[in-house]
Amino acid sequence: MTTMIEVKNLQKKYGDLEVLQDISANIKEKEVVCIIGASGSGKSTFLRCMNRLEDITSGQVIINGQDVTDKSININKIRQEVGMVFQHFNLFPHKTVMQNIILAPMKTRGISKEEAVKKGQELLAKVGLSDKADSYPGSLSGGQKQRVAIARALAMNPKVMLFDEPTSALDPEMVGDVLEVMKELAHEGMTMVVVTHEMGFAREVADRVLFIDKGVIVEENEPVELFSNPQHERTQSFLSKVL
Amino acid sequence: MQVIFDSLPYLLEGLRVTLYIFCVAIVLGFILGLLLALLRLAPIKVLNWIAKIFIDAIRGTPILVQLFFFYYGLNSLEFVSLDRTTAGIITVAINAGAYFAENIRAGIQSMDKGQTEAARSLGLTATQNMRYIILPQAFRRMLPTFTNQAIISLKDTSLLSIIGIADLTQQGNVVIASTFKAFEIWLAVGVMYFVMIYLLSLLSSYLERRFELR
Ligand SMILES: Nc1ncnc2c1ncn2[C@@H]1O[C@H](COP(=O)(O)OP(=O)(O)OP(=O)(O)O)[C@@H](O)[C@H]1O
Ligand SMILES: [Mg+2]
Repeated sequence: MTTMIEVKNLQKKYGDLEVLQDISANIKEKEVVCIIGASGSGKSTFLRCMNRLEDITSGQVIINGQDVTDKSININKIRQEVGMVFQHFNLFPHKTVMQNIILAPMKTRGISKEEAVKKGQELLAKVGLSDKADSYPGSLSGGQKQRVAIARALAMNPKVMLFDEPTSALDPEMVGDVLEVMKELAHEGMTMVVVTHEMGFAREVADRVLFIDKGVIVEENEPVELFSNPQHERTQSFLSKVL
Repeated sequence: MQVIFDSLPYLLEGLRVTLYIFCVAIVLGFILGLLLALLRLAPIKVLNWIAKIFIDAIRGTPILVQLFFFYYGLNSLEFVSLDRTTAGIITVAINAGAYFAENIRAGIQSMDKGQTEAARSLGLTATQNMRYIILPQAFRRMLPTFTNQAIISLKDTSLLSIIGIADLTQQGNVVIASTFKAFEIWLAVGVMYFVMIYLLSLLSSYLERRFELR
């Protein structure tokens, strides 16, 4: 299978603080990779370096053959192909659900409103929120917001989806709906990188799990292997706390 | 009472001038304020400084001095000729602009960073993010502050009578010069200003309700 994301010797510093040290990883097309690790270990930073929401100190991230660290490339074009879902949804509160979904396709790709709305309706049906098209985000529950955020990202037909703890801000009874949508995406063959504390999801859906500690990938493996037979002491101690 | 009715045409003419100057100045002031705010936040240091110096200069000097500067000061230069109304509009507009700029900047900066991140992660450019995501939300939040500034600017126009602009205040002066009814006329002038300002705040609360963040 072809490589979708290639990370080479990625380093990220905030001032003197080295948050990511020499990270290298390969994510293949259609692969679902979960990233786990303690709070502050650098999971979000790693994810956000992939679409350059964070400036990269050194190293390379190559998405679908394009080097995002190359100053001469148009980062906006690359981001159009890389969907991102945030812990706190970040829906646009002044726009309806449908407007949230159709804005980017219309403005960045010049797609007509009719076409964008049609696609939006399909996506809302997919995430089970067809009746919410004209609602404002403020009137939705957390789980509904996150499903809208997923639909919004999907509206750009991304080649990869990045999720940063998509269920951490949700009430427990809402988590299932969101995970269900993500599972469906995975089954459809979407390439996904998911920072998560949901070990059940990682075990069930991930092809591979990366364990990050203090800015380095300490261990990576298939979920069953990693969870049942962690090799490193740091992985063992982390898993003993969360499993 | 009769004297107020008799002088009403003069006062209304002044009211028209006041409203005209106010409307032009507030629109220009708003555009200037938006521009200055964007310069203040631009990723280019020189632009930040230029905008900051301009804003500080305007906020740090009395509006009356600015008015004299734009009318008498600039006109004393050989190659400049500004009529009163233009000088008056410039003064009020620039003043409003400097205050708008700081309000708008604060409004933009108070926006949740997640909004920009979501917009940029979808591939929107920085400009599109500003235009479709940040400014519409920031403006809604800033409506009360905008109203405040509009009210101040409307009252500021009354100073323009000093350089002889025939605004509501100046017309009051003129009418009193021939009728000697200072009490009645200033009362009437005051009521007219009050009504304008009251209508402004009604408009503002209507807009606030209309655009309430949903
Ligand atoms: N803008 C910033 N400036 C300075 N330090 C930062 C910044 N953002 C993150 N950090 C630091 O970088 C480290 C990694 O942060 P990151 O958010 O990637 O962790 P995380 O693994 O996602 O944690 P969590 O599970 O709590 O989300 C932390 O020590 C954090 O304090
Ligand atoms: Mg995080």
